Amino acid sequence: MSGINDFAFKMGTVNGTGSASANSLLMQAIFRMGIPVTGKNVFPSNIQGLPTWYEIRVSKDGYTARPSAVDMVVALNPSTYAKDVATVRPGGYLLYDSTWPLDPDLVREGITILGIPFGGMCVEAFQKDRDRTLLRNIAYVGALAALLDIDMDIVGQMLTEKYGKKPQLLDANHKAIKLGYDYAKANYTCPLPFRLEKMDATGDSILMDGNTACALGALYAGATVGAWYPITPATALMEAFKSFCEKYRVDKDTGLNNYAILQAEDELAAAGITIGAGWAGARAFTNTSGPGISLMQEFIGLAYYTEIPSVFFDVQRCGPATGMPTRTQQADLMSLAYASHGDTKHIVLFPANPKECFEMSVESFDIAERFQTPVFVASDLDIGMNDWMVKRLEWDDSYRPDRGKVLDAAALEKIQKFSRYLDVDGDGIAARTLPGVGGKGAYFVRGSGHDKHAAYTEDSDAYQEVVDRLTRKFAHAATQMPKPAIHRQDGAEVGLVTVGGCDAAVREAADLLHAQGIPVDVMRIRAFPFGVEVSDFLAQHERTFVIEQNRDGQLRSMIGIELGVARDSLIPILDYGGMPLTAKVVVDAVTAHFAGVTV
Amino acid sequence: MTSIAKPPVRHPSSRTNGLGFVLRDYEGAMSTLCAGCGHDSVTAALVQTAWELDLEPHRVAKMSGIGCSSKTTAYFMKQSHGFNSVHGRMPSVTSGAAAANRDLTYIGISGDGDSLSIGLGQMSHAIRRGVNMLYVLENNGVYGLTKGQFSAAADIGSTSKKGEANQQPPIDPVLLALTLGVSFVARSFSGDKKQLVPILKAGISHKGFALVDVISPCVSFNDHEGSTKSYKFTREHEVESVHTDFVALRREITIPETQEDVSVVQMHDGTSVRLRATAPDYDPTDRESAYAHVRACQARGEIATGLLFIDESKRDMHDFMNTIPTPLVDVPFEKLSPGKAALEKLMDRYR
Ligand SMILES: Cc1ncc(C[n+]2csc(CCOP(=O)(O)OP(=O)(O)O)c2C)c(N)n1
Ligand code: SF4
Repeated sequence: MSGINDFAFKMGTVNGTGSASANSLLMQAIFRMGIPVTGKNVFPSNIQGLPTWYEIRVSKDGYTARPSAVDMVVALNPSTYAKDVATVRPGGYLLYDSTWPLDPDLVREGITILGIPFGGMCVEAFQKDRDRTLLRNIAYVGALAALLDIDMDIVGQMLTEKYGKKPQLLDANHKAIKLGYDYAKANYTCPLPFRLEKMDATGDSILMDGNTACALGALYAGATVGAWYPITPATALMEAFKSFCEKYRVDKDTGLNNYAILQAEDELAAAGITIGAGWAGARAFTNTSGPGISLMQEFIGLAYYTEIPSVFFDVQRCGPATGMPTRTQQADLMSLAYASHGDTKHIVLFPANPKECFEMSVESFDIAERFQTPVFVASDLDIGMNDWMVKRLEWDDSYRPDRGKVLDAAALEKIQKFSRYLDVDGDGIAARTLPGVGGKGAYFVRGSGHDKHAAYTEDSDAYQEVVDRLTRKFAHAATQMPKPAIHRQDGAEVGLVTVGGCDAAVREAADLLHAQGIPVDVMRIRAFPFGVEVSDFLAQHERTFVIEQNRDGQLRSMIGIELGVARDSLIPILDYGGMPLTAKVVVDAVTAHFAGVTV
Repeated sequence: MTSIAKPPVRHPSSRTNGLGFVLRDYEGAMSTLCAGCGHDSVTAALVQTAWELDLEPHRVAKMSGIGCSSKTTAYFMKQSHGFNSVHGRMPSVTSGAAAANRDLTYIGISGDGDSLSIGLGQMSHAIRRGVNMLYVLENNGVYGLTKGQFSAAADIGSTSKKGEANQQPPIDPVLLALTLGVSFVARSFSGDKKQLVPILKAGISHKGFALVDVISPCVSFNDHEGSTKSYKFTREHEVESVHTDFVALRREITIPETQEDVSVVQMHDGTSVRLRATAPDYDPTDRESAYAHVRACQARGEIATGLLFIDESKRDMHDFMNTIPTPLVDVPFEKLSPGKAALEKLMDRYR
């Protein structure tokens, strides 16, 4: 790091002061310069007043994981000065608001301190208190533009896009940017040793967060009913779905909606609505996070046993309990895979980035209907709420939803008797009917013991026949899940297994390990149940590390349970402090392991 | 209702309804409830109601939670689609189904345990949401299925079979529903089919949420001396606030001409309910007086029955959501997915 188009910096600000738009302006400007860039928001569970950070990583090589070190900190929140200055790499820079005298907390040997009186300049330039606060953030964008060599034309163009209709705001923003820019130019040698240079590496990419991508997926999949209860970090998913529906799903002639979004009284009801709508034949989904999944457990078991298609987006956050709502984790894996009481197992999809969020959310509806069961899309806060650089989303107009085995009135005519839970085709999947269909199609959905005809039963054999078929259905599903993503290096004997958003850091770590003479193969698991590719990969490697973001090694346990692989033969690399994974964590753990291993 | 399975043969002289069905066609599975359970009388009233309303069985969705009462759905309209969900959560499942397919007739059956304890929140919110459904609350003051614990509807001083007296005040579903802005609420008694059937008919025909609280004694756990939900107690304390009859457009039900005031309430589907107020000043379209009436009866140790409140202007869930009249399940996929060109255009917004 620390060269042209290869460095990282972060802003330490106060939540609610307008820094979010300044930071996204910065990140987007870099992206529009054609340079691969990642932005990670580290925000508090609070609306206003607490410390918040934004980390920007610029990587000409296209690495998008959280940076392992930062070259510069923009310290604008005195309450975190001590902490912020400690995160600058030796030889790095610190930019602070010199309106106030240099705080002793900011002094550190080996780093260069740059002061710019943002506050003072804004007080002079603007009249209103609110403007003075908000535009102070825009002023640091200007300073960074000078220090990092950001293309000012692009910044100007972005401001026009954003404030074009509000000339007053546009002027004020331009003025603030110029304040910072001019001051930096006049007082420091610009640019810094690390800086930006236009590239052409983002042309086919977009910046999008996973929640938006999931919402788009639900829209494109033809979901018509969304039920939810607000919870961080899942809320934005339904909000995005709503705004897409308002744009694309309002009947032009009548102004009426061809979708229904129900904000439920709690997650129990959200799950119930989803299941009711799924039963009635709509593509329905709910979005939640860990605490909501806990509340939904009883209903999840009902949907599993009564075989009702339903999609659950779980945007994971730090648990247990309320945990850290604005920090990321992958700690719901087991509670999704085995959700609810009794013998249950569920299909879980693990997108690694927003592009996969889009694709997998479409797929989740198909899988839910094909296998007539709840399907979980396990996203997380990092994927869901941060903007990721991914390839443009694509859509094939020939796509038609897979509605699975649904018997309509005509199909029912042709059969002698309809038995809801009868495995006619031998694939574990019984045909269903939708309420409203006539003829022989009506049946009774019940969570209590039922036989293959859907009739109530307490008979051991009749009960077992149904639950054993569910096992067969699940085994069948394993053959049709998204395959793991496998990347091999020549001569690798070491395997790295990971899941979800860890992908970016693990792939980067694989390159770093390779450079150190440790070639590795990487397998990212993309779905539960695991397909045969997963066991094959494990069998091919002498030593396998399982990298995941939870304390107890849940993925590792699931591999052990499902594939009969001795859990002890898999070496855990666990990162569960709530921050997105860095490549360094993986590299350090692997090298430490080999250092301790006597060959 | 008998617990002996009846032969499916049809008596040649059985009367048929507008669809050509006889009453028996609206029956369901054999009841497994205790002989004499009030819930079975409600079942009989529902059978009669559905038959008289010419409901197409397969266009009816019978929804319930868990409890003896919730089993009712299995005992009528065997050709209808049914859903026994989980304890107390039938309202959300029905909300989802109704959101997806607004063209079915939703009949929800619940108990006082199901609705007023574990499911209080869900019932309340289904009322707020204005789900277009008939919601029958079979109220026996106890948990039948788990053998006799007090429910939240048990009156203070009412004793359990073991003799223990209930200390906590009851939740009155009618008062609650009125407070929550329900658009239709009635109360009846399982043994009073003459009153219950027209109320059920009106509830089904009403557009929006229609709550019918039915006092439905539990013969096994709550029909003893000291119970305030026993047959004897209810018969002695019932006060009919209005005499109710229901007139469907296709089949006129004539009621005896009297000198008393009759108010005709027009239903959304064109049908109307004729209400004969026993008290000349009772106005079932006035929420405040409905509330006062129920409270006043309560204060006298009486139970107000009949159609207690109706608001015909009330909009239902789909009106609140501004949904298209076509059931969402019938909207073709082509109309739902914006397509490739739109996505490509949209992608430029994320640059
Ligand atoms: C989550 C959950 N908790 C408890 C139960 C046990 N349970 C079944 S029915 C019931 C009470 C039923 O009472 P009510 O709704 O009044 O119906 P009744 O049997 O009196 O008609 C209870 C507590 C359950 N099925 N699920
Ligand atoms: S226990 Fe009570 S409520 Fe349940 S079936 Fe028997 S009489 Fe009816």
